[in-house]
Amino acid sequence: MPLTYLDHAATTPMRPSAVEAMLPFFSDRFANPSGSHRFAREARKAIDEARDQVAAVIGVAPGGVVFTGCGTESDNMAICGSAGVVVCPAVEHHAVLHPVEHGGGRVVGVDATGHVDLDQLSASLTPDVALVSVMSVNNEVGTITDLAAVSRLVRQQAPQAVLHTDAVQAAHWVDLRQIAPLVDMMSLSAHKFGGPKGVGVLAIADGVAVQPLIRGGGQERERRSGTHNVAGIVALAVALAETDAERDDENVRVTVLRDRLIDGLLAAIDGVVETVPRPRKVAGAAHVCLEGIESESLLYLLDAAEVCASAASACSSGAMEPSHVLAAMGVAPELAAGALRMSLGHTTTVEDVDRAVDVVADSVTRLRRLPVR
Amino acid sequence: MKVLLAMSGGVDSSVAGALLLEQGHDVVGVTMKLWGGESDSGCCSVSDVDDARRVAQQLDIDHVVFNFGDDFDRHVVAPYVAAHAAGVTPNPCIECNRHLKFDRLFKRADQLGFDAVATGHHARIVKRTDGTRAVARGADADKDQSYVVHMLDQSALERTLFPVGDIDKSRVRAMAAERGLRTASKPDSQDVCFITSTGGRETFLGDRIGFKPATVVDRAGAALGVVDKVEMVTVGQRRGIGLPGGGPKRYVLDVDVDGQRVVVGDEHDMLRDEIVVDRITWTDRPITGAVRVQASAHGATALATIGEAAESVRIAWAMPQRRIAPGQSVVFYDLDDRCVLGGGLAR
Repeated sequence: MPLTYLDHAATTPMRPSAVEAMLPFFSDRFANPSGSHRFAREARKAIDEARDQVAAVIGVAPGGVVFTGCGTESDNMAICGSAGVVVCPAVEHHAVLHPVEHGGGRVVGVDATGHVDLDQLSASLTPDVALVSVMSVNNEVGTITDLAAVSRLVRQQAPQAVLHTDAVQAAHWVDLRQIAPLVDMMSLSAHKFGGPKGVGVLAIADGVAVQPLIRGGGQERERRSGTHNVAGIVALAVALAETDAERDDENVRVTVLRDRLIDGLLAAIDGVVETVPRPRKVAGAAHVCLEGIESESLLYLLDAAEVCASAASACSSGAMEPSHVLAAMGVAPELAAGALRMSLGHTTTVEDVDRAVDVVADSVTRLRRLPVR
Repeated sequence: MKVLLAMSGGVDSSVAGALLLEQGHDVVGVTMKLWGGESDSGCCSVSDVDDARRVAQQLDIDHVVFNFGDDFDRHVVAPYVAAHAAGVTPNPCIECNRHLKFDRLFKRADQLGFDAVATGHHARIVKRTDGTRAVARGADADKDQSYVVHMLDQSALERTLFPVGDIDKSRVRAMAAERGLRTASKPDSQDVCFITSTGGRETFLGDRIGFKPATVVDRAGAALGVVDKVEMVTVGQRRGIGLPGGGPKRYVLDVDVDGQRVVVGDEHDMLRDEIVVDRITWTDRPITGAVRVQASAHGATALATIGEAAESVRIAWAMPQRRIAPGQSVVFYDLDDRCVLGGGLAR
């Protein structure tokens, strides 16, 4: 039985070119790039080239690219260094939401599609606001933020504020060059676009000051200390460049598959609610809520049939937590209890999609035969 | 059989998993995430989930975590707080078994196609001469948990397995060690999982209800002292009731939260000829007549007679017994003191 992997928003398989690019740095090219000898210079060159590549794809100056340990670190670095009030929408990834809440920031509401409510955002933009963080694409339901509108609002009403976007889920689907001019800082995570886990980027516009989260040897122009993850950084750059080159074609290809998946489910079973309308979300997002279903039971049956999907985020014990995203969107708790997040990516095939429709439909039918509530 | 094994992260459920596999069953481990708040004792903490998962990995079985936090709040924590607020002494572990392990988890197991649910309880399931099943005491008398699983009825007993119920606790630990299971020497959980050992019951309840003071009186109504938290007082309690030491032994006979009165008396005043038991569950069919009755997890049993069988029953003690705190589980055993016949809550 083939494994049907529809959890690309959690992580997507590494691109072979990225794996290939990493390998020399585990053997011959092992040096610490901060050293002063020739081996060090060689490693340093690899990082400098990676930085140029990443800067070109994002559309910022190379000096604005800071390599971090993950998307969460990038988000924390952007938020925790802020000296005033921070504002974010309620549907942000916990990597943004928790540091904002921890710092006593403001959380604003969203509309039924999960898009930040611009009126509420506007009302929150008081003179003491130092940073606004609005995700480019939601990690659960896939909603694309109108960052042009958000940016206009922030520039007009809080010109003092820095605008950050968590673009971790966007890199696969949205041209980052369109986002970069609208914001001051952008977070990325390599493993969401075919790079390895354990490496991320915080891209910073010219003239925007950031505070380091990690202090030490002064790497990354004193903004992020710690010996460089050379292999990871090199692979991140390769994966991002490849993603960027393929993005337009992939959007077309995956949209067809995603529509086939959701239309297939809508045709096969009753009580399927598409959480966000398709024009409002990225191609890879196929989030639905299934009436009369408990996500945990459904995921168990999908797992048994080797279909990998998810519901919401898991807590430290591994248990599924009720989705804060769906709650903020106003989805009724009974319906949110049946959340199913399927997410497609660069390896998804038509066979995956057709198999998922069959397995999900069978599982839902079976679960509905023995309702527990 | 396809068996869903409830794994708390303790040694008993770990060995239960090993035994089920050795018996040829197809086993999936599950840990229920029940309490979302602070916890440092009992079962179900994050480190216990880690232990359960690591044992499952060692046994090479699948392990899943089910989040039943909402059900736990509704069926265990909220009633626990409400009971204390009403001056009643709840038994949250029994309510957890009743509503979570042997109801919510059972239904989930049915839905997912399991034939049986197994736990690491020290109790046995036996077939009686009339063909019905019953919970019988575990082989290890000191660790017997038949009292806390007394609510299982025929339909539940048909699809429940207690793999370590036949085995002494020390032997269970030895078996865990023989199999190299990481939980072999893990201490038993003793306490209520949602009460921390640092804060205790008082902190937990104090965060949720406003404590009221009460006057401590004797049976004639004469004031003897005061307690500042009447919700913390339990029938049968002897210490911490605001009376000077050195006097005669005095027990709490009655707690009246609304009236803010605690009535105390001597040991003789504690004795009762009968007790009313509410919310009865029967192992098979309702019974009347002579039974042995147990009213605490590891207490001794006493002979009594059940009157007319109903949802609430009046039972007459053969010899007068100390009053049982309202809310405590009262479990009926057969005259051999071996098999559970039913049980309920003391009024």
